[in-house]
Amino acid sequence: MEWVRNFPFIAIMLAMVSGPVSSVLPGRYARRVSFLVVITSGLLSVCVLAYVLQTGEAFTYKMGAFPAPFGNEIRAGVLEAMMATFFCFIMLLSLVGGYRFTAVDIAEDRENMFYILINLLLASLMALIYTNDLFTGYVFIEINTIAACGLIMIRGWGRNLLAATKYMIMSLLGSGLLLISIAILYGITGHLLMVPMHEAIVKIAEQGTFTEPLTVAVGLFCVGIAIKSALFPFHAWLPDAYGYSTCSASAILSSLVSKGYIFLLIKFFYRVIGAELIHTIQVDDVLFVFGIAGMIFGSVSAIRQTDVGRMIAFSSVAQIGYIYMGFGLNTEAGMIASIFHILAHSAGKSLLFVSLNGLSGGNWENMNYRKLRGAAYRNKIAGVGFAVGSLSMVGIPLLAGFTSKVYFAQAAFGVSSDVKMLVTLVALAVSTILNAMYFIGQTINIYTPLTRAESRPSVKVGYAMWTAIVLFIAVNLLLGIGSEPIFEWIEQGLALFG
Amino acid sequence: MSRIRKDYEKTKTAKFLSFVRGDKPVVEEDRTEEWRRRVEEVAEADAAENASYLELPDTDLQADRRLTRMGGMRVMRRIYYALALLMCFLIVGLLILNIAYMPPFGSADTPANNEVSERYLEKGGEETGVVNTVTGMILQYRAFDTFGETNVLFIGACSVIILLLHREGEKDKRRLQSESVSDGGDESEWTRVTYNPEYDRKGDAILQTIAKLVVPIIFLFGLYILLNGHLSPGGGFSGGAVLGAGLILYNQAFGFRRTERFFDEKIYDIIKVGSLCLYAMVIAYYLFTGANGIPSIVPLGRLGDILSSGLILPINLLVGLEVACTMYAFYALFRKGSF
Repeated sequence: MEWVRNFPFIAIMLAMVSGPVSSVLPGRYARRVSFLVVITSGLLSVCVLAYVLQTGEAFTYKMGAFPAPFGNEIRAGVLEAMMATFFCFIMLLSLVGGYRFTAVDIAEDRENMFYILINLLLASLMALIYTNDLFTGYVFIEINTIAACGLIMIRGWGRNLLAATKYMIMSLLGSGLLLISIAILYGITGHLLMVPMHEAIVKIAEQGTFTEPLTVAVGLFCVGIAIKSALFPFHAWLPDAYGYSTCSASAILSSLVSKGYIFLLIKFFYRVIGAELIHTIQVDDVLFVFGIAGMIFGSVSAIRQTDVGRMIAFSSVAQIGYIYMGFGLNTEAGMIASIFHILAHSAGKSLLFVSLNGLSGGNWENMNYRKLRGAAYRNKIAGVGFAVGSLSMVGIPLLAGFTSKVYFAQAAFGVSSDVKMLVTLVALAVSTILNAMYFIGQTINIYTPLTRAESRPSVKVGYAMWTAIVLFIAVNLLLGIGSEPIFEWIEQGLALFG
Repeated sequence: MSRIRKDYEKTKTAKFLSFVRGDKPVVEEDRTEEWRRRVEEVAEADAAENASYLELPDTDLQADRRLTRMGGMRVMRRIYYALALLMCFLIVGLLILNIAYMPPFGSADTPANNEVSERYLEKGGEETGVVNTVTGMILQYRAFDTFGETNVLFIGACSVIILLLHREGEKDKRRLQSESVSDGGDESEWTRVTYNPEYDRKGDAILQTIAKLVVPIIFLFGLYILLNGHLSPGGGFSGGAVLGAGLILYNQAFGFRRTERFFDEKIYDIIKVGSLCLYAMVIAYYLFTGANGIPSIVPLGRLGDILSSGLILPINLLVGLEVACTMYAFYALFRKGSF
């Protein structure tokens, strides 16, 4: 067996070991360890990506001495390796961009705790991406949830505690539903690993036995993931959690945490249930309706905000709606568009949060619409970052958001039912206009010069934030202009899923 | 002196005497008018500030409308509660109905009784060296999941520390009333954590005597469950829970000061980090050798011996220590805010 095949395992274990080690280190050493771990994991994932692209097929890795139906297993294909690389990169940039605020916002004796949470979050994201076992998925969802909860409350202000409580309650509900769903699936298939479970489910579908429990289990799984990733009616926890955390935490929470869950859902659809069966159960139609509703109502809520942090957070609801709408199309093109949108949204949203914190100085008192007027002149690079992020979210050509919208529109034409196609196109158009209403408005607002009397001193930008924002902009441009290879990789990865 | 006079002034005699003297009763200064004026001033200033941004006409008509909207809210809320209840019952009903369609529990031909459980039961002893199949399953077949679960405990303890840890005499920088502090850095808003004598409160004589008798037995029993996990029901999680419960009982009976003699934050850190890191190393070794087909150097031993089952014994011990520490940490943090 090639040595490269150990890399996903090494990346996960490295992140998990660094958690306990950081808990006895002082803050700045914990920070170094964390940066090192994120960079190493990213490099390992790059190697894995190169390897799977070269061999053209996915490989499974036995976790322990026992093979598939008996022991744990992880699996790495093109899609997994690409996602892991991308997530590590975005996490690194978010940490770099917000590290000045991390030092200010978090009490000194708790700084190492922040990096423990980051390390374990990374471990859980990697495990969610690479897992080939539903129960492993559940265990790491728990780690992910608690780590996210810690990231929300580590700033320690009243609002953060409130947001963390909300998040915890909603998220635990989601976890509970997931666990019930996995239990039901185990009851009717007798397996927890994805491949044997899929075989058993195909058999069940042929025989026509246990169709009711199967439907219930798929429904519960989707609702559980939907709650955790803030699909439209379940998004009540989101705005406070994303809007008021410390800079790095907001960027990571909004761009990565919910995406890990969504990736597990994709695996569940393709590797456990199978795309045709999903269509028979008609879960895709339900997700489609809620996705469309999220696209519209998320944006409407965002327009009503005066606090820009909350506005960006509500825009996440709309963007998550796009992703679920792509699932709802239930064609391969729709799924590819959704996966591309995961990337586009991660890149755009983390850029927006880092830039917003740069503009407001990390203080949410200054995140008000009014106080941000002219902020782009005080912090030039953050202003450019915010503008690029906004334009990408709206879908201006050359940027990531535009490409994913084009893919969505193309996918809509491939759907068999005309109603779905029409609804998708109309919703895309309406949602784009709504996005433009608040994002363009806000961009104009931050570029509106203040009068001499009101003018405030410019903000000193650290090298860290400068680098992070420039790289974020580069990622957005890259996804917008050079989307072809990524598109091909996603296609190849999805083909390996089936 | 002044207090005595104040008390005197309140009595009926004093009031009567002052009435006789013809004094005017002291009127408390009525400040409501001033306050109202201040509120209006602030509102005006706000309106002036807002004027350049948005129009905020506040007429009587709008106030009326807002009132009716409040009434509407109340009705909506009631409808919302009713619908939520209905939804809950619907989901509960669906899930119960779902049970009727599930394969019957315990019957021989359920899908769960397949080659997987067969192998666990029949070859478990031979492959993992354990008598207790459950331990073999969670620590060998599905070792990675269990490692994840242990990390869930660790990160749970970390989150509680973030939320509750207060070291004595230290300023608490976390300002809970964020709205009242806008400029930041105002030291008076910080609360200083003071020592609360309540933490030293010991249990009564009955509790102390019983604890003295029972705690050693509990520790012993906990260790027995830990070390015997591969032979009899038990293992890391349950043994650790027993150990932790023993610690908590000791603390309840003798107070924090006595417990700190052998279990303070430093010891907690050492045990927690040491056990988790060792566990991670052991599990990494196991997973790595297993995946790469390298034979493990740890012998399985003779089935049924206390020193058998290869890596399961040390893993059980380490998991147990981690669980005991986490349980005690939760207790101490919720009770006192530190160790």
